Amino acid sequence: MSVVELSRWQFAITTVYHFLFVPISIGMAGIVAGFQTAWYRTRNPQWMRLTRFFGKIMLLSFAVGVVTGIVQEFQFGMNWAGYSRYVGSVFGAPLAVEALAAFFIESTFLGIWIFGYKRISEGWHLATIWLAAFGSTLSAYFILAANSWMQHPVGYKIVNGRAEMTSFWKMLTNPTVFFAFPHTVIGAFANAAFIMLGISAWYLIRKRDVDMFKRSAKATVWVALIATFATLAIGHFNGQLMTREQPMKMAAAEALYTTQKGPGLSIWAVAPFEQHPTRTTTDITIPKVLAILATNDPNGTVQGINELQAKDVATYGPGNYEPIIGVTYWTFRIMVGAGTLMLLFALWGLWAVWRGTLETSKWFLKFAVPAMALPTIAIITGWLFTELGRQPWVVYGLLLTQNAVSPSITTFDVWVSIILFTLIYGILGAVAVWLTVRIVKKGPDPEVDDAGAAVEPNLHVAY
Amino acid sequence: MSGLWNLETLWFVLVCVLWIGFMFLEGFDFGVGMLLMIVGKSPQERRAVIHTIGPVWDGNEVWLLTAGGATFAAFPNWYASMFSGFYLALFLVLFGLIIRGVSFEFWGKVEDPRWRSVWEWAMAVGSFLPALLVGVAFANLIRGISLDPQGNYTGSFWDLLNPYALLGGVVTLLLCLAHGASFLQLRTVAPLKERAAALGRILMPLAALAVIGFVAWTFGETSHHSPGLWITSIVACVAMIAAAGLGATGRSGLAFVAGGLGIAMTVATWFTALYPNVTVDSNDHAYNLTVFNAASNHYTLVVMTVTALILVPIVLIYQIWTYYVFRQRVGLGGSPAEPTPPEVKAGV
Ligand code: HDD
Ligand code: HEM
Ligand code: HEM
Repeated sequence: MSVVELSRWQFAITTVYHFLFVPISIGMAGIVAGFQTAWYRTRNPQWMRLTRFFGKIMLLSFAVGVVTGIVQEFQFGMNWAGYSRYVGSVFGAPLAVEALAAFFIESTFLGIWIFGYKRISEGWHLATIWLAAFGSTLSAYFILAANSWMQHPVGYKIVNGRAEMTSFWKMLTNPTVFFAFPHTVIGAFANAAFIMLGISAWYLIRKRDVDMFKRSAKATVWVALIATFATLAIGHFNGQLMTREQPMKMAAAEALYTTQKGPGLSIWAVAPFEQHPTRTTTDITIPKVLAILATNDPNGTVQGINELQAKDVATYGPGNYEPIIGVTYWTFRIMVGAGTLMLLFALWGLWAVWRGTLETSKWFLKFAVPAMALPTIAIITGWLFTELGRQPWVVYGLLLTQNAVSPSITTFDVWVSIILFTLIYGILGAVAVWLTVRIVKKGPDPEVDDAGAAVEPNLHVAY
Repeated sequence: MSGLWNLETLWFVLVCVLWIGFMFLEGFDFGVGMLLMIVGKSPQERRAVIHTIGPVWDGNEVWLLTAGGATFAAFPNWYASMFSGFYLALFLVLFGLIIRGVSFEFWGKVEDPRWRSVWEWAMAVGSFLPALLVGVAFANLIRGISLDPQGNYTGSFWDLLNPYALLGGVVTLLLCLAHGASFLQLRTVAPLKERAAALGRILMPLAALAVIGFVAWTFGETSHHSPGLWITSIVACVAMIAAAGLGATGRSGLAFVAGGLGIAMTVATWFTALYPNVTVDSNDHAYNLTVFNAASNHYTLVVMTVTALILVPIVLIYQIWTYYVFRQRVGLGGSPAEPTPPEVKAGV
């Protein structure tokens, strides 16, 4: 494999890995803050127990999220020096501001939250978890603004063969980030809610601490429902925007090879097994639906891959401007499919809550455990779709991935790092999951006294 | 363009400030991590040692991330050359930071001596690698590495391990160790405090010697002896000698301050030795990267300046608040020491 291919694999492995944990941290920080607020206002000790119990799991996720994030910060320079030189003056700014504005808040206040219980007043202690949650959401905004710029560059001009920023404001108000941010962050809340719901269900099935986990199950059903619905709704508008900004990605998502008026939504498509197929052999569609989804008009026109390829050749010169259609097509379907299942499942939960049978409906609780995987599947395929659908561009329409790589690194270098990163990440992931399972099996800490004061003198969820 | 009054130079100074923040704060974290198993003999003692930095290490590490991000935004060519050029070395730094970062979280989760010892080693090795390699990297930038016209590194990993750079690494390693020992003296109670003091009495003079040696060699490596270089070098040496003296006479608070100043001025010496370059080209300096040819465009620098001027003071305020919240010495159980020792009340 070449340095480019290896670097792409490494980037894919490390970012996907980072993003297995990131959404759990973002969503759980918010929900745990909600639990602690409920305790602060009602003084019901069960809320404090929930705060501590889920707090422990959240901190494991944060720990792995943080250490894998550090790698991300430096990988642009290490593997993508061509990219860094070309875009640094635009793309570096949100990264720097992310660290300065968000990471400092997140890490500092999380530290105080973990160790500061009883050293600062309860009100301040509550404020620290909210600040940490705010910091992680803010960090998502800046990094997604950076990523959105790669999808849809705005507020720059090309000078001496590199992109130079002309408006930071335009970058922060890129239409793409207005959709990517809520889609990703609300999806993160859905993810955390599903995981917390699954864990609560595990206890309810075993009739352990029912009074406590009934509360968290009910709360997370609501979060899961609202967040999933919102994610899907925003996803739809995200798709419409994408149709305008990156028509090739839309066409690839649907394996739509020829431009059509009023196309249907593809359910199952197969293309001939060739390097660059130009048609599908089977394509089962629901008539008109794609046209409605993409353009709000049953007779709207959606451009096809072949026409777009010809157009790109005319604009950018000879070359292949198609992403890998099969991957783009299927990742998109898996994301949407997982999202649909999530919505159905959350509606089932709502029904159980409404009938007051949440803690006794065996089947719902049993399904809640494997359902924990759904949002993660949606999120990862969502990113794979977004990033792979952008290929061969690293910055859409400006810079090809093959020109982005570092000239000074060798395949040996990248082999060393890719193997060791994968190894250490594998170990860390296994340990984190093992520890989480251990925490769950061991169960929450015993009751707290009336004042909500811990049996242990402090929150001490971490060390 | 030249002279000192321009945004490029301002950003060079700001990047230097971020590195100082990182080496000062994370410096003692690295030191504590490396000394963990030497100062703490029992699990209780080790928990206390970990708790001295537990609440703050991640916030301290963000100084490094900010330095990285700021370099990317303000000097993209520097960011690209340095991090792709030092690929394997940087990989080792990241590897260290990874195993160290998770060890804080994992260590206490299982009460098994083997488990604990795995994460104690992770903390020690994970602190050692970055503490050493940061110095190696900066010394190489000063000494010069071979660059092509685009600013890409053309040498190999082994070229980076020359004697001057290795001394640079020893300097940062010893500084972190000595600084960590000073920090532990301020944040723990007996017997940890005494052990840290005994280590400090050895480490601080060694660090002082290393700094003096490095500074002298740096004057040989660069021909450009600006007043800035003279000032930072002299202050660095004097501060380290003072720190060694103060440590020997038991004034741990002042020794910490002096050692911290020594670290800050050692970092500043790297930058004054470089300026106006950011990376020296070892082939006749033909392709030196300078603050001007490595910088972003004017607009980006303006935006970044405004943001930094607003945010850095705010960050400083709440980070200082953290240290205030956790000002009490850590007792052997890991919770604050009771009763409060008188010298803490006095604010030493
Ligand atoms: C949508 C959100 C999101 C996305 C797309 C990314 N991250 Fe991330 N990152 C976070 C959301 C986040 C977070 C929620 O803020 C984390 C996860 C856990 C944590 O502690 O902070 C984090 C941690 C984290 C850290 C450690 C911060 C610390 O020490 O406290 C760094 C340096 C990065 N990230 C950098 C990156 C880079 C360079 C990315 C681009 C490839 C990236 N992240 C993608
Ligand atoms: C965290 C969620 C993310 C995931 C899961 C993700 C996934 C991926 C994947 C799978 C690739 C490889 C595509 C390929 O090489 O064919 C990739 C490439 C890349 N992504 Fe992302 N990405 C994420 C976020 C980001 C963000 C936030 C940025 C920028 C701020 C970014 C910048 C890049 C760059 C520079 C490349 C390398 C060039 C390339 O291969 O296209 N990614 N990403
Ligand atoms: C009907 C359901 C959904 C639709 C129509 C949809 C639509 C989209 C579209 C069009 C994109 C690509 C945006 C771009 O490349 O510019 C995307 C990306 C993404 N999706 Fe979805 N999505 C759906 C469900 C979900 C669900 C349930 C989740 C997770 C809980 C999810 C997570 C993501 C993520 C993390 C990304 C990458 C970040 C981004 O570009 O916004 N999606 N989605």
